[in-house]
Amino acid sequence: MEYFLSEQQKTIKHLARRIAEERILPVRAELDEKEEFPWAIIKDLADADMFRVFIPEEYEGLGGGCLDLCLVVEELSRVCSGVAISYAATALGCSSLLEYGTEEQKRKYLPDVASGRRLTAFALTEATAGSDVSAIRTTARREQGSYVLNGTKQFITNGGEAEIYTVIALTSPERGIRGASTFLVEKDTPGFTFGKKEKKMGLRASATRELIFRNCLIPEENIIGREGMGFIMAMRLLDRSRPGVGAQAVGLAQGALEATVDYARQRIQFGHPIISLQAVQLMLADMAIAVEAARLLVYSVARTIDSGAKDFTEEAAMAKVFASDTAMKVTTDAVQIFGGAGYMRDYPVEKMMRDAKITQIYEGSNEALRTVIAFELRKRKARRE
Amino acid sequence: MNIVVCLKQVPGITDVKIDPQTNTLVREGIKNIVNPFDTYALEEGVRVKERYGGRVTAISMGPAQAEEVLREAIATGADDAVLLSDSAFAGADTLATAYTLARAIDKLEQYDLIICGRQTIDGDTGQVGPELAEMLKLPFVAYVSKLDEISNGYMRVKRMVEDGYEVMETPLPAVLTVVKEINVPRLPSLRGLAKAKSAVIPVWTAQELGVDNNMVGLSGSATRVIEIFFPQRVGRGEIFQGELESQVSSLVDKLREATIV
Amino acid sequence: MGIQIDLDKCVGCGNCVPSCPFGLLEIIGEKVQVKDGCNFCGACQEACDYEAIVIEAVTQVSAPGDSHRGVWVFAEQRHSQLKSVVYELLSKGRKLADTLEAELCAVCLGHNINEVEELIAYGADKVYLVDSPALAHFQEDLYARKLVELIQEYKPEIVVAGATPHGRSFIPRVAAILRTGLTADCTGLEIDPETRLLLQTRPTFGGNIMATIICQAKRPQMATVRPRVFRKETPSKSRRGQIIKVDLDSEGITSRTKLLDFIEDITEAVKLEEADIIVSGGRGLGKAENFQLLEELANVLGAALGSSRPPVDDGWISYPHQVGQTGKTVCPKLYIACGISGAVQHLAGMQTSDYIVAINDDPNAPIFEVATYGIVGDLFQVVPMLIEKLKNE
Repeated sequence: MEYFLSEQQKTIKHLARRIAEERILPVRAELDEKEEFPWAIIKDLADADMFRVFIPEEYEGLGGGCLDLCLVVEELSRVCSGVAISYAATALGCSSLLEYGTEEQKRKYLPDVASGRRLTAFALTEATAGSDVSAIRTTARREQGSYVLNGTKQFITNGGEAEIYTVIALTSPERGIRGASTFLVEKDTPGFTFGKKEKKMGLRASATRELIFRNCLIPEENIIGREGMGFIMAMRLLDRSRPGVGAQAVGLAQGALEATVDYARQRIQFGHPIISLQAVQLMLADMAIAVEAARLLVYSVARTIDSGAKDFTEEAAMAKVFASDTAMKVTTDAVQIFGGAGYMRDYPVEKMMRDAKITQIYEGSNEALRTVIAFELRKRKARRE
Repeated sequence: MNIVVCLKQVPGITDVKIDPQTNTLVREGIKNIVNPFDTYALEEGVRVKERYGGRVTAISMGPAQAEEVLREAIATGADDAVLLSDSAFAGADTLATAYTLARAIDKLEQYDLIICGRQTIDGDTGQVGPELAEMLKLPFVAYVSKLDEISNGYMRVKRMVEDGYEVMETPLPAVLTVVKEINVPRLPSLRGLAKAKSAVIPVWTAQELGVDNNMVGLSGSATRVIEIFFPQRVGRGEIFQGELESQVSSLVDKLREATIV
Repeated sequence: MGIQIDLDKCVGCGNCVPSCPFGLLEIIGEKVQVKDGCNFCGACQEACDYEAIVIEAVTQVSAPGDSHRGVWVFAEQRHSQLKSVVYELLSKGRKLADTLEAELCAVCLGHNINEVEELIAYGADKVYLVDSPALAHFQEDLYARKLVELIQEYKPEIVVAGATPHGRSFIPRVAAILRTGLTADCTGLEIDPETRLLLQTRPTFGGNIMATIICQAKRPQMATVRPRVFRKETPSKSRRGQIIKVDLDSEGITSRTKLLDFIEDITEAVKLEEADIIVSGGRGLGKAENFQLLEELANVLGAALGSSRPPVDDGWISYPHQVGQTGKTVCPKLYIACGISGAVQHLAGMQTSDYIVAINDDPNAPIFEVATYGIVGDLFQVVPMLIEKLKNE
């Protein structure tokens, strides 16, 4: 299949694959078992300039687009989704700066992100606000020359490991979600602590924590954009990051597919490799079709975004929904084809199945996204040019 | 510090299989790769540069496609590279190779440290490093597993021996060969790859190096291969019979015959 | 000089293409062509039925004089002990010298070396002994210069040395100074009866291909040989020979490299993945302590200790020793599997070993299907017998 990648994109993809196979593959089982944050691999990614991919050249980046980022995430996820999300979350975590930051803010923070010295995180979700984003309660009260943050964010990827946090908080609680604003908060700011590290079903190499703000004072220049823009900004940034989540799911499904085909070729039952059984063949074919379709949908949406499109909410949602549903189905089928061995932690597919589930839930649950798609359909009556 | 690293492009031998029926090579698209030990040499050179300042020049003697190895070297930290390529160099044994590399290094003029991998995976001799040191009349340390320090024109290293390590000191310039234990080679970076893509790599021919044609290539080789053959493949599955004692005897005899023990 | 394809004779059959270890032949337009990088090994010439490939012989500049005679073995010592490989080389060297009807001499550099007479017992006619405090520790420059001096004075036709870390480091320098040929890691040394040349056989491509090499014109013909490649014969105390003391006379040669310290570390000595021989244990051992028996066998063989998964899981031995799908993949010359059933997951890690010996009391154990040699029996009886037998020889 020809993906029409540019030379630069092919280079990025190959290097990401090398990092994945040489540095992540040998340790992925251990990272999963010990639930350790992959700092050594973050360093490898940084040394290889991978964090520069999503930062513009003016800020020491390489100025890549959405598709470039997706290619890296896909390759890393093919080997370990937990490592991939730690990388991808940093792209999301600094996207507010990239899209809406002032020159000073960009110059202050982006070079460190580009060099991989500082990771970032995006903090929107709270105990009361999952799909219902409007129910956030964290406040940012304006005081002389600063804002005071109070509240708790929940389930934040890279929480505790990142040094730069994009936090959505209410500056005008009486206006509800229209009173939300976006802030940059640095780790070690007094009043900013972390909850315990969550124990998860999958993506165990990734660190997920609560962010606890108790009268946390941040300078007023740390607001991104204007007061009241927080919600709109967050929705737009999440739209933009959805292909990345799709890429994570595609990579995961691809890794599962490859592992399954290898196994099916070797595993002998009834005197033949099980890949010669039609029951297995039909499943594998469906898996392969779904992965390819998911990949092409993700790449297309990424290209659409890179071409400068203004509206891509619906398409981005489609890519994420289809890819994540594919990842769940493919990884589940993978375990099934592996049989008893697939259930054992010595084999990689049970981890992939555990990793896949969250892709259907976070960054916009697939149910919520489906309603978004339906809404758009209703608006434009499903017509396309 | 001016650091020179010698690299060689070799076939990826782990792919070489013998077809037992026809007794010929089965080559399923064997790729050429950089000799793995040379990547450790390059990494050490780059680390010395990062620690003490200077430049790393990668050199290789080989056919035109050996240039790939030099580009990879630039992508992983070498500042520049030179390819020594000429049909006159073909068929060189280690003596002729060392001579050619020595002439090239002389031509570079400035060098404080020359690093090679401990051996290649196709030739496996490990001879080019020491022979090169001799041609350049430089001190030499083999099997370096750690480069401790460079100061006042001297270098302190650890080298591996069978029963431990020896700490050696040598004046610079010097030639080292390194073992895998010395470091973990870095992966290329995106900016490195971009630099490697646009780098200009000069090719030095026999004439440009001013070599004595009787000292390079096949003419300059003191040894040559007169025959190649495939080793006897081991027969399968003999299960010994009889008293345990005599089974053990037979086993030991067979193993001794095969000069394994 | 070089490789030529006779286009008239070439029929484009392509038989030569797979024979090239370097993949340099291809059929283009029904004739074969040679890519850059040929080193004239001649494999394709043999594969061609039509004599269409011609490799021109190299005319050597000078023919060797008759003046070089004798086989020399460099007698390496460490900490004043002669190394075992020296005796192996003397045993082989004796045979070479006899074929050539020449002398076998040992050259020994060091200080207060023990049991120099043993060199004669193992076959040397002469021992050139250079004893000096300056040579007590291996000093590359001094050793190289002295050996070169001796070679230039006494003109042996063949010099062999052990392919040890020190040997491999200074013998090439000697060869470079003398501008002569050196072949490393030989597994075979024979004399060509017609030419008196030393035929040096060695593995290349990781052992997949063997090459025979000669050093036609230059002298001495030099070779290094790995330990345990040749067999040590029985020494004969009654052999007579001369021990010739030679002065060092190191004026003007100072060693540029200096030894500052030596740190002993035997645990690093034999790493599993690099070991030539691995002795491996499985569930059949029964309990942790029984690994000691295998350790004994490993010590006798100079082998590394390996394990299948169950013992590691049960904590009998640590994970770095594990061989298999979720452990290390190894490919030693000899893999001895004791009490290992041979589950697929384990085989994945060791089935490409050159020789596999299986010891198991279950005749149906799958390990026997990949074993070169198998003994069906109680490992607690077989292994001690094996240890005895190996020790006694």
